[in-house]
Amino acid sequence: MIGHLCERFAPWLTAMAAVLLWWAMVLVFDVPNYVLPSPWEAIAALYEYRFALSVHGLSTLWTTFMGFAVAVVVGMILGILVGSSRLAYRALYPLLIAFNSVPKAALVPIFVIWFGVGKVPGVLTAFMLSFFPVVANVATAFATIEPELLEVMRSLGATKRDITLKVGIPRSLPYFFASLKIAITLAFVGTVIAEIVAGNSGIGNVMLVASSNFNVPLVFAALIVVSIMGVGMYSVSDFIERRLTSWSVRPQGAAVADRGQLASAGA
Amino acid sequence: MSFIEISNVDLVYGKPGEKSTVNDTLAVSDTSITIEDGEFLALVGPSGCGKSTLLKLIAGLIRPSRGSVKVSGQEVTCPLKIVGMAFQNATLLPWRNIRDNVMLPLEIVEPYRGRHRQDRAKNRERADILLEKVGLAGFAEKMPWQLSGGMQQRAQLCRALIHEPSILLLDEPFAALDTFTREDLWGVLQELWEFRKCTIIIVTHELREAAFLAGKVSVMSSRPGRIIKTSSVDIPRPRTLETTFEPQFVELVQDLRHHISLGKTS
Repeated sequence: MIGHLCERFAPWLTAMAAVLLWWAMVLVFDVPNYVLPSPWEAIAALYEYRFALSVHGLSTLWTTFMGFAVAVVVGMILGILVGSSRLAYRALYPLLIAFNSVPKAALVPIFVIWFGVGKVPGVLTAFMLSFFPVVANVATAFATIEPELLEVMRSLGATKRDITLKVGIPRSLPYFFASLKIAITLAFVGTVIAEIVAGNSGIGNVMLVASSNFNVPLVFAALIVVSIMGVGMYSVSDFIERRLTSWSVRPQGAAVADRGQLASAGA
Repeated sequence: MSFIEISNVDLVYGKPGEKSTVNDTLAVSDTSITIEDGEFLALVGPSGCGKSTLLKLIAGLIRPSRGSVKVSGQEVTCPLKIVGMAFQNATLLPWRNIRDNVMLPLEIVEPYRGRHRQDRAKNRERADILLEKVGLAGFAEKMPWQLSGGMQQRAQLCRALIHEPSILLLDEPFAALDTFTREDLWGVLQELWEFRKCTIIIVTHELREAAFLAGKVSVMSSRPGRIIKTSSVDIPRPRTLETTFEPQFVELVQDLRHHISLGKTS
């Protein structure tokens, strides 16, 4: 019973411990608030700038969501292609890896030249940063379909489309959702980078302006907003994952039907 | 004319579209065999002798490098749709319950495919009848992981038979099971064969299994595989576990073992 309670409250306790440690460091070393504000000051800033933070927060959320949505669609399509065709794998995968190794922050100025300051560079950076995990995971799921299962399907005269719809996509869902959790957090990183480098709105922009004014408590308040949004989106993908791929998670302690039952079923 | 005719078949595994070299693996060499409609044939031989390759040739999943494979007089050029297959791994889809797994071929093979939606109730019934035959009545709603290995194999047999194929190809279907479960399933398979009367070809390295189930046993030599002996099994059916202790059965198994060891050395 006590162990169960401990397990339930463990995440909250560790989070509180981290905040207390932060506070203690500020107090003990007497850090000035333009270097590291105390948690209390960050929260005070959060309250003071609540209106600006919510407007810019929503802007960041929207940009992130757009980039993420495009990444999911493009990632899924590319993943299916790369995972199910050897030719597509040979042709596309090296290019994808090359794209993924480009430092994305370096692309923001180019996007600004092309599309001007505003939301578009943010959407593109979020997309660039988050589509690769989706491609890689979906491709892995498709490439690791058991060969025997493929033979069963092909011997029945299944087309590539049948195999993709009936085996590939359902089988890739757990991999897909695992990648979404990574992709959504990366998409936030992409948006905030773009807003810091070239935004005229959004949390990144707030942080840039606040730090140039030495308003470090506001920087931390903005960070809190971004992390709350990130955790929120992560929880949403986690929730959808649980609903759609419950088959891949076996309930703990579930008993496998035993031989006794089989015998009574008339074997 | 026989139902299935394999004549002088070679099969080389190599890179497609390239000239064959000495490094390519000759899996099957100059193999000929005929199988009658409704026959139960067992292919036995040492591991890696090309038994599974022969099955894939019959199913039309691969084409022979030389020679011909004919089913009901027609050259096999693409996957046959009158085939059911089952393997050592049950390969059930983990996101479908047992009944939906069994019904999978009905969503793919014509003429069932086009009618699957309106015939759903009828198809469910067909699946349930088969599941009952193999002793899985009451397990239709269970998920695959809730079943033991032997039960998953029973479900796989149902999946292979649901679209009433005229040929059932089994690739070591019971190899991963314990002896008791395996012997149970011999009985199940024998019953299914009497019930459906389709042609069954089973690949196995378990000689007692071959002798118990088949009407005809073909022994293959080690790689490159070639059929070195075919003998018919004249033990009356239905065979039971008691049959396996009769002198005639034991003698047959000894004889098969002898030929396999000959095939290894030659």
